[in-house]
Amino acid sequence: MTASFVAPPRRLVTGTIDGRPVTVPEGTTVLQACRQQGIDTPTLCYLETLTPVNACRVCVVEVEGSRALVPACSRAVEPGMAVQTDSERVRTSRRLVLELLGSSVDLSLCAPEVRRWLVRYRADTERFGPAQAPEAARDAARPGHHGPAETGGAETCAQPVKDDNEDYVRDYSRCILCYKCVEACGTDAQNTFAIAVAGRGFGARISTEFAVPLPDSACVYCGNCIQVCPTGALMFRSEHVMRGDGRWAPERQTVTTTICSYCGVGCNLELHVQDNSIVKVTSPLDHDVTRGNLCVKGRFGFQFVQNRRREG
Amino acid sequence: MDLRVEPGHASWAEREAVDGVLGTVPAWADGGERTAGDGRMVEGGHAARERRHLLLPVLHALQDRVGWISPGGLGYACARLPVPPAEAFGVASFYALFATVPRPATVVHVCDDVACRCRGAEALCQELTLRVGPPLDEHEEGASPGPAATGWVRSPCLGRCEQGSAVLVQRAGDPGVSGRAASHAPAPLDQVLALLAGGAGSAPAGRAVVPQAAAAPRDPGLRLLRRVGLADPASLDSYRAHGGYQALRRALALGPRGVIRELHESRLLGRGGAAFPTAAKWEAVAQNPVQPHLVVCNADESEPGTFKDRVVMEADPFQVVEALTVMGYACGAPRGYLYVRGEYPEAEARVTAAVAAARSRGLLGNGILGSSFGFEIEVRRGAGAYIAGEETALFRSIEGGRAEPRNKPPFPAESGLFGRPTAINNVETLGCVLEVLTIGGAAFAAIGTEASTGTRLFCVSGCVERPGLYEFAFGVTLGEVIRSAGGVEGGRPLRAVLLGGVAGTFVGPEALDVPLTFEGVRAIGASLGSGVVLVLDDTVDGLDLVRRIARFFRDESCGQCVPCRVGTVRQEEALARLAAGRPLGSAADETGRLDDLAQAMRDASICGLGQTAALAVQSAARMGLFASPPPGPP
Amino acid sequence: MFGAGGGTSSYQEVEETDLILLWGSNARETHPIFFHHLLQGVRRGARLVVIDPRRTVSAQWADLWLGIDVGSDIALANAIAREIIDAGLANHTFIERATSGFDAFAASVEPCTLERGARDTGVPAAAIRQLAHAYARADRAQLCWTLGITEHHNATDNVLALINLALLTGHVGRYGSGLVPLRGQNNVQGGGDMGAIPNKLPGFQDLEHDRAARARFAARWGAEVPPRTGWHLSEMLDAMDRGDLTCAYVIGENPAQSEADQRRAIRLLSGLDHLVVQDIFLTRTAELADVVLPASATWAETEGTVTSSERRVQRVRRALDPPGQARDDIAILCDLARRLGHDLGEPSPEAVWDEVRALSPMHAGMSYARLEASGGLAWPCPDLDHPGTLFLHARLWEEDPARRGEPAPFSVVAFEPPVDLLTDDFPIRLTTGRRLDSFNTGVQTSGYTSPLRRRESLDLAPEDLRQLGLTEGERVRVVSRRGAVEAPVRADPILRPGLAFMTLHFPDQVATNVLTIDATDPKSGTAEFKATAIRVERLGEAATAPVPEAVAPAGGRT
Repeated sequence: MTASFVAPPRRLVTGTIDGRPVTVPEGTTVLQACRQQGIDTPTLCYLETLTPVNACRVCVVEVEGSRALVPACSRAVEPGMAVQTDSERVRTSRRLVLELLGSSVDLSLCAPEVRRWLVRYRADTERFGPAQAPEAARDAARPGHHGPAETGGAETCAQPVKDDNEDYVRDYSRCILCYKCVEACGTDAQNTFAIAVAGRGFGARISTEFAVPLPDSACVYCGNCIQVCPTGALMFRSEHVMRGDGRWAPERQTVTTTICSYCGVGCNLELHVQDNSIVKVTSPLDHDVTRGNLCVKGRFGFQFVQNRRREG
Repeated sequence: MDLRVEPGHASWAEREAVDGVLGTVPAWADGGERTAGDGRMVEGGHAARERRHLLLPVLHALQDRVGWISPGGLGYACARLPVPPAEAFGVASFYALFATVPRPATVVHVCDDVACRCRGAEALCQELTLRVGPPLDEHEEGASPGPAATGWVRSPCLGRCEQGSAVLVQRAGDPGVSGRAASHAPAPLDQVLALLAGGAGSAPAGRAVVPQAAAAPRDPGLRLLRRVGLADPASLDSYRAHGGYQALRRALALGPRGVIRELHESRLLGRGGAAFPTAAKWEAVAQNPVQPHLVVCNADESEPGTFKDRVVMEADPFQVVEALTVMGYACGAPRGYLYVRGEYPEAEARVTAAVAAARSRGLLGNGILGSSFGFEIEVRRGAGAYIAGEETALFRSIEGGRAEPRNKPPFPAESGLFGRPTAINNVETLGCVLEVLTIGGAAFAAIGTEASTGTRLFCVSGCVERPGLYEFAFGVTLGEVIRSAGGVEGGRPLRAVLLGGVAGTFVGPEALDVPLTFEGVRAIGASLGSGVVLVLDDTVDGLDLVRRIARFFRDESCGQCVPCRVGTVRQEEALARLAAGRPLGSAADETGRLDDLAQAMRDASICGLGQTAALAVQSAARMGLFASPPPGPP
Repeated sequence: MFGAGGGTSSYQEVEETDLILLWGSNARETHPIFFHHLLQGVRRGARLVVIDPRRTVSAQWADLWLGIDVGSDIALANAIAREIIDAGLANHTFIERATSGFDAFAASVEPCTLERGARDTGVPAAAIRQLAHAYARADRAQLCWTLGITEHHNATDNVLALINLALLTGHVGRYGSGLVPLRGQNNVQGGGDMGAIPNKLPGFQDLEHDRAARARFAARWGAEVPPRTGWHLSEMLDAMDRGDLTCAYVIGENPAQSEADQRRAIRLLSGLDHLVVQDIFLTRTAELADVVLPASATWAETEGTVTSSERRVQRVRRALDPPGQARDDIAILCDLARRLGHDLGEPSPEAVWDEVRALSPMHAGMSYARLEASGGLAWPCPDLDHPGTLFLHARLWEEDPARRGEPAPFSVVAFEPPVDLLTDDFPIRLTTGRRLDSFNTGVQTSGYTSPLRRRESLDLAPEDLRQLGLTEGERVRVVSRRGAVEAPVRADPILRPGLAFMTLHFPDQVATNVLTIDATDPKSGTAEFKATAIRVERLGEAATAPVPEAVAPAGGRT
């Protein structure tokens, strides 16, 4: 059923990864090849369902003959390519990327593997000094200008949580600018373009036009941005509230895949249930109908079963 | 696209500005009024979305007209193009010459970058702060000047380094009533104050821009600059009287493959910094089966200390038009784009006029010079972003996007502007192409050295007697260049030279005998970059200069990749701590931190900006430039 | 289509086609994730043509949008067909090999010139021509539709008119070329699959004429299957009206609010001798019931399967315990059977499904284990090794006549305008539809807060608002030949003058179906929700024309 009907056969290419020969179909990325080899390669901005932007640079590897390191997520394996995934240069760059991110944004809600990578690369996120909140509002940052450089520590992206609608909250203090939400809102899935990257440099940020609140933007609350966010910067209101109350308990949650109750497209839902109550809805990335995407009804329209529960 | 826009909130002036770019009466589907048949049929889709590339011209029109990009103006532009407002805002807020908050109609950009800094720019800025208040972007939020008619901001290099202290004036208003932008250099305090008061000021006499051309006798070695000061830049006839369009004739006689063969023989290497063989680049595009091909002239010269392309465009604009036409012919491209830096209003006006003159005389359009070759040129204007000079970023800028570079491969010859096979060269390289065709590839290869053929333009600035643009055959030594410029100003001792721009390196007096060739400077771990020779005498505060460089990279980083986005901040912070005498841990700790940052930025950044952002800092540290200048007479 | 009631194509094909016709569908809002697939196709270069009276958010993506008159779809289809034939663009090889009835069809559309098409649809002739040529010349083309085609008094004919176009051009039975009706509810397709249509057994086996199928069911169930076609919903309501139907068992439907001409539906349901409603909510219909059986939510509280618009059978699973006394549908039905004297035991959902597989050949290969492993299988899937079927009717392209089988018939269909005619008294055409964040009568979607949600309004063209002297937000009386409601007005530039729009989402606020006509398609039983003639009156203004009798109180229910 999911076998592609039209894909032409692909040629095979052979290169080496960490000295071992690897043969993969043409077009396979270094990251895919590494994963096939069981080499744990850190990624932050990469997601199977999105076009690689290779912005985070935590997946860089060393390719013989290449002056700079190359991003594994988007570079295809070429014939004869010799890849090193754990050289001193690779380790240093990965460590620095993690240190730079850790020194500027709040990584505490990242997936557990991020913590693992921080340990593996011995990243010291404190080495640039104590965190210093930016002087001016980040939404007002102007391109090509910034205030006097911080001398007391490391300037961060700290800012207030954006809490402007009933469905989800945006805490850009946690944003690593991986572009995933922009891609999911844009051409990779939803094509609504409610958000984009605004500003530049350290002032770059995810924003609506003129930073208007979401209800004044083009947002249609599909929540596909929440699904792809790797740091908890975008979060279901239900999760945000429960975390605030100390009620959020992932260890007590079950995840059940089922089909959406609305239109006839047949979208797969993953219902995250805690204490017999749906607390969050995601969608499987590897299902070819949804590829992780839903609409507002599928993502947030589940409440009616709970309301009924409360009414008894 | 199903956009949520509020086109109704645009002012009359904003509508007129947008309509001026996109054509008058908009259709109902594009935000206009509905006529009788409009409710029955609309054609759009792919065709409408293909207008996206007009976003930057539209934003310029709004900025020029009302002084900022307002929500209403942006909404109207978005409805007409169509472009999603969030994306358009993302683009508008990327470029430094666009304002997305209200701003005075007249804004003076005062260069405080490395070259002008050697000529008192910082003192000028301090004085301005005392006299008229702080720069606009240092006002407290909400306390920004509001009704004030003028204001000033600090600016990165404006590309008028040979004159020293340069300013750029952006004036918004009705077309014809106010000019939109103008450069002034030299601009001493009195003149800046006059500009801020709304007047024109009286420009003091400037220095000779090309001393070798101004000298008597005129230097016979000038090739790329041979017409400077002789031909009238506004006259096509004058250009042709001085040998113009002979190269295109020769190209048409040789055929596209013949042109590329000559380039192969000439061993011409690109002058943009990467020193890539021009023939190979063009050949890859010419042979690519995907059509159409495109060619681009990169005139977004923004490397601090660099002004060569500006001089060529201002003094000899037809050269650029002719060379781009040759490039289109050789690469099989029906269309070329000339992307001019937004801070170069005079150069842009000159090349725009040259393109129009060439078109009116049949040197653009169909059947050029009686051949079957047809070619068109579009001039595009940058909007204040150093990174737009990176080729893939430049493509995105022309396409109507944020000038964010992307990883290569794929290279432009495979997938460039609009995803098409694209050849891109800067103004100087294209000038060399004309020279190759004029004298022949073999003769060109005989100039300079074996590995560095032809001549090279050097932007000499800083503490020298005669700053300006110089042309020498490759092989000239650094010392000879400086001596040609009259030596260090006032005969003071040379402390260092910033070679190649802020993406280059500092070298010391021991490098004076190094031949300025690709191979010669590579041997000392430096690069020619964009031909910058910024001379520093013993009074220059090295750490201050390095901090300005660090600030520049932080400001100009596009923000895409982590090593550059955050690394440039941490680099600047470390230097600030060193300058303040408050290192985190020991000074050695700070050096270690800087070294780590340098390695990660060099190794892991997407593009050349991040990869070179620590070069100058590292070389300065190695040379001990962080130490205070030795005391001496002022 | 040609026998089995399902779309011919898969979603992945819309990503790899060359031309997409979206006809009577605002999929951007009503089938958002299908529209994702469609936009992937567009991004890869496919042209999109949208045919809809409104310039919807879907139409705003289109390379060409045709704003036809409501209900003039057959006129448009026939004009397209005539132009394709006339321009010599018909695929005669395919027509000769794989279809029947072409000559009669060609003769029937001969008078349907571009000019006449333009007159009947309101769309410029040049646009019809452009569409005809684009569709005929495309290498691959997907024709997709939704309720804009089927909520009409001539719904079946509308669908047949579209099928004619596919047969004329050979845009069926090939990868990337097909006919895609998008299902409005998560298991409409599954309901049909399981025989919840008057004349079919599960697997679209004919109830009346397929004796062998009946025998298989009888053997399995130990009871005869009466070879008698049942009633569809509109026929049931008519039977209630006649007094032939006196008892109803309603499972998971809310006809008291979802039926056209709502006052009549409520009257008929209230007049039944006995009404049983099995639902997860106490709906308006349930409030009328003698017995209410609380059910569990099938998508989150039970195990089972549903079938999507690409014929893909997928598993629903139990994530929550049902509340209170709510029970599983299967348990309720088996309990009911037991009380009625037939013990069905207490089968698990999988056991019930395995019975379906045993009796419906097109489902035979779809074991629970395979459905789990594959993320769903599309029928027909006749055995455990079969991968499921990406697109239907490939047989039509077979060289061998034996394998090609029965030819696909052209149908002669004639354009008839909507039943509810526009007159001076009722000059505005009201059409209805869904909005992105709401669903049907709002039973489910009223449960969550949506920042997008607007309450019900009568949407009018800005020009009409001006001409009627109305200001946005002002409440007006909306009058049709059947009733009247009050609603605030809203200007919407996607509407042209003379066209109005309302949803059915907020029946407790504005009972839109008081206005709609219950003229139904005799073959499918669908009512003409899409075409109502209305006028708009300012409140307090004396009625200028006769008011229909027994006007329902605005915003209330009777």
